[in-house]
Amino acid sequence: MSTPPKSESLRDAYGKALVELGERDPKLVVLDADLSGSTRTMLFGQKFPDRFYNVGVMEPTMMSMAAGLALTGRTAYASTFAVFAAGQAYNFVRQSICYNHANVKIVATHGGLLVGGDGGTHQMVEDIGLMRGLPGMTVIVPADAPTTRAATFAVHERDGPAYVRLTRENLPVVTDGAFRIGKAAELRAGSDLTIVAVGALVARALAVAEELAQVGVSTRVLDFASVKPFDEPALLRAARDTGAILVLEEHSVLTGVGALVASTTSENYPVPVRRVGVPDVFGESGEPWALLDRYGMSLERIRDEAWELLRARGKVQ
Amino acid sequence: MAEEVPDETVRSLEATAREIRRDIVRMTHAAGSGHPGGSLSVTDLVTALVFQELRIDPARPDWPERDRLVLSKGHAAPALYAALALRGFLPREELMTLRQLGSRLQGHVDRNKLPFIEASTGCLGQGIGMAVGMALGARLSGSPSRTYTIIGDGECQAGPTWEALMAGGHYRLGNLVVILDRNGYETDGSTESIMGIEPIAEKFRAFRYHTLEIDGHDYRAILGAFAEAQRTSDQPTAIVARTVKGKGVSFMEGTHVYHGKPPSAAELERALAELGASGSAR
Repeated sequence: MSTPPKSESLRDAYGKALVELGERDPKLVVLDADLSGSTRTMLFGQKFPDRFYNVGVMEPTMMSMAAGLALTGRTAYASTFAVFAAGQAYNFVRQSICYNHANVKIVATHGGLLVGGDGGTHQMVEDIGLMRGLPGMTVIVPADAPTTRAATFAVHERDGPAYVRLTRENLPVVTDGAFRIGKAAELRAGSDLTIVAVGALVARALAVAEELAQVGVSTRVLDFASVKPFDEPALLRAARDTGAILVLEEHSVLTGVGALVASTTSENYPVPVRRVGVPDVFGESGEPWALLDRYGMSLERIRDEAWELLRARGKVQ
Repeated sequence: MAEEVPDETVRSLEATAREIRRDIVRMTHAAGSGHPGGSLSVTDLVTALVFQELRIDPARPDWPERDRLVLSKGHAAPALYAALALRGFLPREELMTLRQLGSRLQGHVDRNKLPFIEASTGCLGQGIGMAVGMALGARLSGSPSRTYTIIGDGECQAGPTWEALMAGGHYRLGNLVVILDRNGYETDGSTESIMGIEPIAEKFRAFRYHTLEIDGHDYRAILGAFAEAQRTSDQPTAIVARTVKGKGVSFMEGTHVYHGKPPSAAELERALAELGASGSAR
């Protein structure tokens, strides 16, 4: 790539989209747990103070309150950091929201290692697995600001619970924002190898695909932002067309998108799958992007895994 | 709180409660599991709500301005099911399907299975939070709908119960009534021997609730407390209802043993005899 794409804030995109939704939908309410500056729900709160509840540090009860509001006919957005939304409040998301089929949209910021300095306590790398396992839950992991904006609107249109995982760091704009729930976005066509990626690693997938193209390897890149429901036809098409899949996620490889891709292909169209993500460990404090490198998601590692798959498929020596 | 409640009303509610208690022991016996102790303790509170206090209509369970009851202690489901059956929300014969595969009568109340169940509960400390959300929603919409939630005393050991209470007090939810079924026992024994919650009324007061302490089996006291709650508009009301675990069945009273254990066939016969059922077809 000649010039790297510009980076934008996913959280800003969310906050602005929320204000637009608030103008459009008078029944919309928003809750936050003392992090409204960080999550950007403050933008909504400033515009619609009567429909905004900053409940303080009570994430479990924020979820049950959001469910209660939803059960009176409202659409409720609830935001906090991913570690609190999916971790601290897990059983409240499970029973109050999902078991009740309450129309609550959880938009969690600060997912993954890119939290940086706050360290391992706050770097949530298990949330995709936790949320994906909940019956009725929609799970979205946007790769950039345009997709964040589109996802904020898309979950509003879809009745029922949703979990949208955002990243603290600004991310390169890699999509045109034409996000649809249940659809993978093919960001690059290719026939030798497929890279399935979510969130912050979509940009790295594109960078490695570009490098591979320089040496004649044709790599398909799928942005798998819609983790649940996911685009099984696109995944199986990729398996058939390219014969090998590399999965990139800023999440535990035990329970994330890699596990989803491996199990789905294994049952339907077995091809070699390799997973790049966080191994079975907690993170630590550090410069955000250096953490990705340190925990196994560097460009070098992605490149190595790609070549490993190409060798396994006999496409190179 | 000396409300003028006609003797006839009290007698009628007491008779209804006896019916409900008989159904509770029958249902839990038939199911072979369930929570008779805390269902019997809460029966008079549920009866007063379902048959007297709540603005509800079996013909219109989705009426937007209805009052809402959230049974946060969801394990007392048999008491609510029996009351709803008598009130006309479900066929009474369906009660005997409790906890069976395919039944609408889940072990803990499920809003997606039955009308009038406002919130699915079971895991404790959540129903009260949903009730706070419902009260906020009603106020935001300018609806006269009032929200009532019944919590258990073991549930008062759960941190999120206090989160929700704090929120209700903070938002001055005059349309919210929190009712504590203070029967004194949880699964393993008495609350005070396991993890004491007293002085509970003082805790509610400290959390900004208009707090009333009543005998939870005295209909005049219960209805009087509800009336006072109706008059309290600038803060939520908490009613500490002192009750007897297993109320109405002598061998279930004042013990934790029947918290989560149904009566045997012989115990069922004894219980029904005490509750005034006649004949062998009890």
